[in-house]
Amino acid sequence: MSDMTDAAVPRHADSNVAATDASGHQRSARNTLDVERVRADFPILHQELYGKPLAYLDNAASSQKPRPVIAAMTEAMETYYANVHRGVHRLSQVSTDHYEGAREKVARFINAPRTDEVIFTRGATEAINLVASSYGRAFLKPGQEVLITALEHHSNIVPWQLLRDQLGITLRVAPVEEDGSVRPEAVIQLINENTGMVAISQVSNALGSVLPVRQIADAAHASGIPVLVDGCQAIPHQKVDVQALGADFYAFSGHKMYGPTGIGVLWGRHDLLTQMPPYQGGGEMITSVSFEESTFKGPPHGFEAGTPAIVEAIGLGAAADWLEAHDLEAVAAHEHRLLEYATERLSAIEGLRIWGRAENKAAIVSFTMDQAHAHDVGTIVDRAGVAIRAGHHCAQPLMERYGLSSTVRASFGIYNTEQEVDQLADALQVVKELFG
Amino acid sequence: MMDELRELYQDVILDHGKKPRNFGGLEGYNHLAQGHNPMCGDTLVVYLKVDDDNVIQGVSFKGKGCAISVASASMMTEILKGKPVAEAETLFNAFHDMCTQDDPQLPEGVDEDAMERLQVLSGVREFPVRVKCATLAWHTMEAAVHGNEEISTE
Ligand SMILES: Cc1ncc(COP(=O)(O)O)c(C=O)c1O
Repeated sequence: MSDMTDAAVPRHADSNVAATDASGHQRSARNTLDVERVRADFPILHQELYGKPLAYLDNAASSQKPRPVIAAMTEAMETYYANVHRGVHRLSQVSTDHYEGAREKVARFINAPRTDEVIFTRGATEAINLVASSYGRAFLKPGQEVLITALEHHSNIVPWQLLRDQLGITLRVAPVEEDGSVRPEAVIQLINENTGMVAISQVSNALGSVLPVRQIADAAHASGIPVLVDGCQAIPHQKVDVQALGADFYAFSGHKMYGPTGIGVLWGRHDLLTQMPPYQGGGEMITSVSFEESTFKGPPHGFEAGTPAIVEAIGLGAAADWLEAHDLEAVAAHEHRLLEYATERLSAIEGLRIWGRAENKAAIVSFTMDQAHAHDVGTIVDRAGVAIRAGHHCAQPLMERYGLSSTVRASFGIYNTEQEVDQLADALQVVKELFG
Repeated sequence: MMDELRELYQDVILDHGKKPRNFGGLEGYNHLAQGHNPMCGDTLVVYLKVDDDNVIQGVSFKGKGCAISVASASMMTEILKGKPVAEAETLFNAFHDMCTQDDPQLPEGVDEDAMERLQVLSGVREFPVRVKCATLAWHTMEAAVHGNEEISTE
């Protein structure tokens, strides 16, 4: 069985670390990423659509999966899968070890002080709902305020609205600047004696802006207010250290960080989690049940009612290992170069306007074209093999802030190349040709 | 690639998309509905003035949308004016079939001239995610005549 466990470690991880060790620079100062080698790990990328090579530029919506993730999930289902925490039998034990092993990998990946602070959820959406529902109902009082920003994803707006309608709390929204950035003072000045929670994105999924989380968190903490960070768009692209960030809760989804769908994470400070009531009730989360009353487990299992997404959690653990094996600084540098190149190429197109010009920006380019609606642009570039998103990006209030109903969004990941930027730019010429 | 795209974005469509006819509110309207396309966040409002004999005396639309949805709405307003509501619904069904089926059967008694004009939109068949764009205005029109004020294509 131990052989099997070893096999679950991504082979790429081993070989990559060995290669960098041999050169004596594990964190390469040159910040280079071997993109061809990265691409070799992604079977899906090597295909043609409509006779054109696929250029997958929709990573902010969801990312593709590398072989070690696919292999870890396949291996689980082919060799040791069983329900977790339930059985005395061998497979259940092995399955449990891998499931809990994935929790350890994730904890290491985000530098969580304790592994039991990592709660598996269906995704970021469920993670935020968990906090709103459990922390919110236990600790927020009518009249208190939850402070968010104007660029939040719907999943960091709607759960608070639901809570507002149940509890009589108020939702306060800090403004976003014309260039898509959020000034720390704009958030901090809205913190007052009624603020009960600050819930902000680390990176905007619609515009790419990076938020000054640490500064905001410091100000919130000075008033004893907890901070939830939606890290969906940060976690696949840079090293995330939840302690250095100053977060009290950190939410993200597996499928945007090269892991599977159906799994995500809520990390929370242990002292907060232990004070929080259960989110959902059911099996797995109890210590004992009678018809009169039940007692509940502490974190993390007390927040994981029912049979969890076992295979997906294992896949997420593999994704964390796979990402970790790459120098995340090199990944960030690579993606930043793509951002700069894409900004330069797209800016040169007449009638094209880029939305979101924050100085501190992740590799997301949102734009509109005078000639055509985002949806038409999406269809046209699709025929050139380019996958991008056209729409409101689940951030309708943000779109409204700029008087838009939709934009076209190209979002880059670890495996994208400058040729793919060219492919997009060339396809946009076709829009001009067709729409004049 | 260009051929298929030109098939979708025919000149008539681009023209209606850029210069929509009957665009704006409608004085004296007695039916209205809002149609949402949640995929792109676009919204159309369709106004209808239906007389006592159930004939559409006036029709207009407002809103933002892609070339396909605006062109479709614009053409619909031109076609429906002066038609009985029942005929508008028959046309909608026939148009819907045309956008989704390869060899649709024309229903009996449908206005063949109108169908011929709508034929330019049949290119969406090759672009399944765009069918909703082409049919949004029609769905909204149907909701309006049935007194539903808000519909969504999802
Ligand atoms: C910033 C941000 N927050 C939250 C979410 C929601 O993630 P999920 O749908 O995986 O729960 C997304 C992704 O769509 C996102 O980009």
